[in-house]
Amino acid sequence: MFIRRNTLLQTAAAGLLLGASAFAVQAQDTVKIGLIVPMTGGQASTGKQIDNAVKLYMQQHGDTVAGKKIEVILKDDAAVPDNTKRLAQELIVNDKVNIIAGFGVTPAAFAAAPLATQAKVPEVVMAAGTSVITEKSPYIVRTSFTLGQSSTIIGDWAVKNGIKKVATLTSDYAPGHDALKFFKDHFTAGGGQIVEEVKVPLANPDFAPFLQRMKDAKPDAMFVFVPAGQGGNFMKQYAERGLDKSGIKVIGPGDVMDDDLLNGMGDSALGAVTAHIYSAAHPSQVNKDFVAAYKKAYNQRPGFMAVGGYDGIHLIYAALQKTGGKADGDSLIAAMKGMAWESPRGPISIDPETRDIVQNVYIRKVEKVDGELYNVEFETFKDVKDPGKTKK
Amino acid sequence: MSADHGVGEISLRRARWGHGETAFWLIAVAAIFVFSDRYLILTEMAWLGLFALSLDLILGYAGIVSLGHAAFFGVGAYCAGLLAVHGLVKEPVLALVVAGGAAMVLGFATSFLVIRGSELSQLMVTLGIALLLRELANKFSDITGGFDGLQGIVIDPILGLFAFDIFGKVGFIYCLVVLFVLFLLARLIVHSPFGLSLRAIRNNPLRAAAIGIPVNRRLIAIYTLSAFYAGIAGALFTQTTALASLDVFSFERSADLLLVLVIGGAGYLYGGLIGAVVFRVLQDVFSSWTPQFWQFWIGLVLVLIVLIGRERMYRGVLWLPRLVMRRMAFPGRSAS
Amino acid sequence: MTTLLTILFDGVAYGMLLFVLSSGLAVTLGLMNFVNLAHGAFAMAGGYICAVLVNKSGVPFFVALPMAFIASALIGIVMEQTLYKHLYHRSPLDQVLFTIGLVFMAVTVVDYMMGSSQIFIHLPAMLEGQFNIFGVGVGRYRLMIIVICGLLTLGIQLTLANTRFGSRLRAAVDDPRAASGLGINVPQVFALTFAFGSGLAGLGGALGAEILGLDPYFPLKFMIYFLIVVTVGGSQTITGPFLASLLLGIADVAGKYYVPKLGAFVIYTVMIVILIWRPNGLFGRVAQR
Repeated sequence: MFIRRNTLLQTAAAGLLLGASAFAVQAQDTVKIGLIVPMTGGQASTGKQIDNAVKLYMQQHGDTVAGKKIEVILKDDAAVPDNTKRLAQELIVNDKVNIIAGFGVTPAAFAAAPLATQAKVPEVVMAAGTSVITEKSPYIVRTSFTLGQSSTIIGDWAVKNGIKKVATLTSDYAPGHDALKFFKDHFTAGGGQIVEEVKVPLANPDFAPFLQRMKDAKPDAMFVFVPAGQGGNFMKQYAERGLDKSGIKVIGPGDVMDDDLLNGMGDSALGAVTAHIYSAAHPSQVNKDFVAAYKKAYNQRPGFMAVGGYDGIHLIYAALQKTGGKADGDSLIAAMKGMAWESPRGPISIDPETRDIVQNVYIRKVEKVDGELYNVEFETFKDVKDPGKTKK
Repeated sequence: MSADHGVGEISLRRARWGHGETAFWLIAVAAIFVFSDRYLILTEMAWLGLFALSLDLILGYAGIVSLGHAAFFGVGAYCAGLLAVHGLVKEPVLALVVAGGAAMVLGFATSFLVIRGSELSQLMVTLGIALLLRELANKFSDITGGFDGLQGIVIDPILGLFAFDIFGKVGFIYCLVVLFVLFLLARLIVHSPFGLSLRAIRNNPLRAAAIGIPVNRRLIAIYTLSAFYAGIAGALFTQTTALASLDVFSFERSADLLLVLVIGGAGYLYGGLIGAVVFRVLQDVFSSWTPQFWQFWIGLVLVLIVLIGRERMYRGVLWLPRLVMRRMAFPGRSAS
Repeated sequence: MTTLLTILFDGVAYGMLLFVLSSGLAVTLGLMNFVNLAHGAFAMAGGYICAVLVNKSGVPFFVALPMAFIASALIGIVMEQTLYKHLYHRSPLDQVLFTIGLVFMAVTVVDYMMGSSQIFIHLPAMLEGQFNIFGVGVGRYRLMIIVICGLLTLGIQLTLANTRFGSRLRAAVDDPRAASGLGINVPQVFALTFAFGSGLAGLGGALGAEILGLDPYFPLKFMIYFLIVVTVGGSQTITGPFLASLLLGIADVAGKYYVPKLGAFVIYTVMIVILIWRPNGLFGRVAQR
């Protein structure tokens, strides 16, 4: 899986270093961040949340850190990896950015990884959630989450809470397979049984046949992972088929119950139990301020994608503070390792070894609070590392 | 071209290399030196241009429409990627030909399904094939890497001499050379008797059959050739970006391709190349201006192109260069 | 057995929905020979209008549905008069370029006004859930779709076959010059037909939001499905797309239920096989060339 060393990389890196050192003299007082997210296409809401959160953070905290002016250059890659790669390359080579950030989907994060390594530019992953991303380059840091973190926890929780038979419904692509594998490992290890396993095509308008299969399997609960944006559709049809009344609970990683869609789903979502890293209802002062500010600025509830962006830009600010404004890749990455702070989602830190995020995972249940639907947290698993790496 | 010239003379004249063409390729070469900080987008224009050229071969010269040309692009891309990952064919140029060959085989196999039927069913059958391939690539994720894309692609130096650099200079020159060579080949083919027979088929298949042209065989031949070109374009894509992921098969890629060719105009080979340049420039300008809403402006341009009329627009754009050209060609005579 | 019936029911509902969404396209493409890829944009307009009326203004769902139809039809007639009218005689590729351009603009405008997240229409409680008839699960909402779409289909068929307007339309399509010679106002007939097709799309968008979801990318996401229905059905009649929708709906739902591993392949494979067998669609008449 690792990229083999060869002459190409070495010559390229040498060429780039020349360019980079020439630039270091010329622009001392601005730090440029290339923010590459999908702003158009099916993943657009991910990109918009991140962009909103970054703008909000910069409004709140000003645009200078440690004497440096922060400049964010926003680019739209429409979640197509070759766009990501070209944009990242142009940002690094032409605009001389110090940091690249964003990355809505896993292939996009992968595409930029070799560039981060060659150019020694930190790559802050704010959304993509496949476990191995951080292993693709020593310059990658993640502020979102991994699917393993939430999927293993919900597996453990289900076993403990008397759920014995589970049917699974996951989207047929890599993150879906990831979620399923992690859940299955933990759930069956605890003595649970998978009675039905269905993989749904990614572009799938009608869940009816798959839900019917779930219903026929008569499980205690169904484990669901569909990409952000399809959750609402799914829950509507879940209720339509009367699965909520037949006692089959929905459990899963929290992507299905994304905060920015939850309130539109209607009462059918009530009672769904998910494990996730962020809920807009997280009862801390930091989060209350964050949600209020976000709502005021964008007239919308922030979801977990927004928090990934908010924490990502915070990490960059904090790292610059720590290096005293030194913005070269190695110093920044060194400063980011082990960084810990209080995020709207709760206390989080960057694992110094894997550069991946360590955070609490919460078990939440959808409830009505003041007439609106929220994921209300009722159990906390503290300081969860990415299980994809702890296993090795 | 007045009526008293014979058909043969007209087609000979058309086949002659014009000043405009020399100018076009000189500009392309000049881009290496002028836009030295935009090699990546130039590279995209080059492979997109080649890709559009391959569509032009079937659409502009044989009247076959396709909304799934990404099928061949994708096969070429994955083939080049797999060859590099598994070290089967290390040398890029050779890998290019192999990838093109793979796409060609698929083109030949599917040509029988495509050449039958009305334009609409051609569109949908080609589209269906591309989408099926995409699903297949997702299913066989142990070979293709599935949604995450093929991992670990490292491309060796071209001919063992020129390594790809991070600025994309080598990649661009490589694409440009391949484009030029394949363009010349396409030019030769469309002006050959074979190419003329294709145009006869496009204009009226019944009449073409009546004068003894083997219609189906000719269509299969050009479709297969077009698949070869698209496969090469896909392989160039993978070799210059070191990426191959599911979206090489996507509907958007096929649809964008059709837009590119229609913007440039089909049926004179340069349409695809010009369309690729125009489309990418527009995209780049609009999306760096407003990353969120650039699609609106692209849409507006497309609508305006149609409303104003392509012919009228190009007459406007090309008025000055044509004037200069004519003055150079016939000094002393005024360009009327 | 009861499961089979439930699957059949779901498939029929899904197919009916596809039909209402694509019938407008069948009309413009088959009867007026215009490739209107922006068809989905009218559906999206209908969906959003319905959503805003129900969610923000508190209009009852059953009142909002006809309003979505009327509003989309009005948008359709305005577009037809100002833009589409000039393009009837242009090449199909120009029409593709033009309508794709419109789709891009519609997508961004909706994104700008409504945001890029998915939205839902709040349904009345009587439409939620499922009830059992002899063990067969019948979704209330899907039942409503079947009833509405069935009535519409019947209405369209009767209008085309038995009314004066229907015969005028068919005359205008078969030979516009002769038709106008007979005193038929061809442009007016086309405008009305176009408006009706857009209205149907808008109604389909409003009905489909619950099942297909509604976001600014709706017209691009579902363009393929509309085209599949029209191609498979053949675009010269209305019964063609209707039966094709039913067939595809049932095949898709049943395929996904019985062989979920091949779920994604079903609809495309069915389409390719049919088009190879009948290149002009299941119910196409003769080759058009």
